Amino acid sequence: MSGPPSADDGLSPAELARKYELSVSGARVGLGEYIRQMWGRRHFIVAFSSAKLTAQYSQAKMGQLWQVVTPLLNAAVYFFIFGLLLGGRGGMKNDMYIPFLVTGVFVFTFTQASAMAGVRAISGNLGLVRALHFPRASLPISFALQQLQQLLFSMIVLAAVLLGFGHFPAFAWILVIPVLALQFVFNVGLALVLARMGAKTPDLAQLLPFILRTWMYASGVMYPLEHMLQKAGAHSWVSDILLANPAAVYMDLMRYALIENYSGENLPSHVWALALGWAVLLGVGGFVYFWKAEERYGRG
Amino acid sequence: MAEQTLDKGAQAGQAEEAVRAASAPARVPTVIADDVHIVYRVNGGPKGKGSATAALSRLLGRKSAPGMREVHAVRGVTFVAYKGESIGLIGSNGSGKSTLLKAVAGLLPTERGKVYTNGQPSLLGVNAALMNDLTGERNVILGGLAMGMSREQIRERYQGIVDFSGINEKGDFITLPMRTYSSGMAARLRFSIAAAKDHDVLMIDEALATGDRKFQKRSEARIRELRQEAGTVFLVSHNNKSIRDTCDRVLWLEKGELLMDGPTDEVIKAYEKETGK
Repeated sequence: MSGPPSADDGLSPAELARKYELSVSGARVGLGEYIRQMWGRRHFIVAFSSAKLTAQYSQAKMGQLWQVVTPLLNAAVYFFIFGLLLGGRGGMKNDMYIPFLVTGVFVFTFTQASAMAGVRAISGNLGLVRALHFPRASLPISFALQQLQQLLFSMIVLAAVLLGFGHFPAFAWILVIPVLALQFVFNVGLALVLARMGAKTPDLAQLLPFILRTWMYASGVMYPLEHMLQKAGAHSWVSDILLANPAAVYMDLMRYALIENYSGENLPSHVWALALGWAVLLGVGGFVYFWKAEERYGRG
Repeated sequence: MAEQTLDKGAQAGQAEEAVRAASAPARVPTVIADDVHIVYRVNGGPKGKGSATAALSRLLGRKSAPGMREVHAVRGVTFVAYKGESIGLIGSNGSGKSTLLKAVAGLLPTERGKVYTNGQPSLLGVNAALMNDLTGERNVILGGLAMGMSREQIRERYQGIVDFSGINEKGDFITLPMRTYSSGMAARLRFSIAAAKDHDVLMIDEALATGDRKFQKRSEARIRELRQEAGTVFLVSHNNKSIRDTCDRVLWLEKGELLMDGPTDEVIKAYEKETGK
């Protein structure tokens, strides 16, 4: 303990720290440095998301086949209820309605699952947060990436469904790429926002499924929204607002890209601007919002 | 306490003192803890636990309502650790040893006081990043990436990690999911992954107790290596022997307070007297 007297004796801990240029442990770094650290962890983000994806079904006998079967079963249930029982198809024939429904379910599930994973990204991984150093935003981003990989599996099913009902690959299919990219950025932002909120209030994870289900019915996943609203006699501003919500925007754009005869009339005005705006707003805003509480994750 | 140190340590530590004196001008601090307090906040205290009305009143009443319990785990600990030191932390269960280490690592925020460090201290351990449903092989990669190693570093050290863990001694187990491992095998792999990285300030939390006798020997040797590479090592253990073997300075924590800070022999003797061993 007691070395020979040195020049450091009598210095207060803070002065000593300043003299030897020690930094405060666990302090939040600046935004630029944070982004640099995130880039340094890009391999971890990718490896973590694909590891989660693989681990998900590793106990099941059918294994990774569930990646494709789960979304298909989901679509089948909605077809049974909304297509057959409730007749909410707005005059569409099966060859139109089924691709319409399947596209909607997959695209909405992508956002929904990212939100659910996001809200638990920190609160459900406290062990990891408390044991290792990494920019915490890696976790929600990694979970959103896992959902993107999941969606790509679903796209195989979607392609089969489209072909099965006579919608053949067209030039417009290319639009899928920008739409998916924008939706992914939106989802990442949403997951980041929810991760911070869920870290502070874990109860949110209990509440979120209800909010998401309301969102789903309000976005026209299983029925043409405008048609339903007209039937219910809603004001036109209600449908304007609902059609401009991000889930509806990405869903309609995807349908427009993939389904023949799904004309641009079904899209709200300025649809690309809306898609871009939502992505930028949530993507950038969510990242900054999450970073602002970086040093507080894992407390308590 | 300082005077005591001088009399008692005179014989035992003479060689050590000489080494220290030689390097005295370069006594560079690596970790400074300045009056550190750490408080855990736990939801659902004595009142809140199951009752829905209590939870409701907690929600309505906004922040830190009565349902929130505070646990003051570390109370005003101050110390300075220097480069080249190897410091043991002892104390009974729940005395705040692991909590203090996590605060030094910057993983737990301090309530009051500050921890200053040189470089990024790391806890030895990757357990939380590993997934039981994945193969040992993928876990080596995932754990390495989680600790901040690059893909090239992992590729270089992969074989070393597998050999060190001894997982493949009884067949090709590394390609099986980790959930099929025995608890000893899993612990060995976890330690091997964690010990593969070099650290500036390294903190080890009772890691020595894993695996069979042969593996323990191997891990002790590896920890000595890590000590040489690392600037400063902290070791939490209930095994006084492994503290004596690896540490030259010991901090004794009790109820979150620093009871004693001095050369290993002296502190351990006092600790053993106190605990009646």
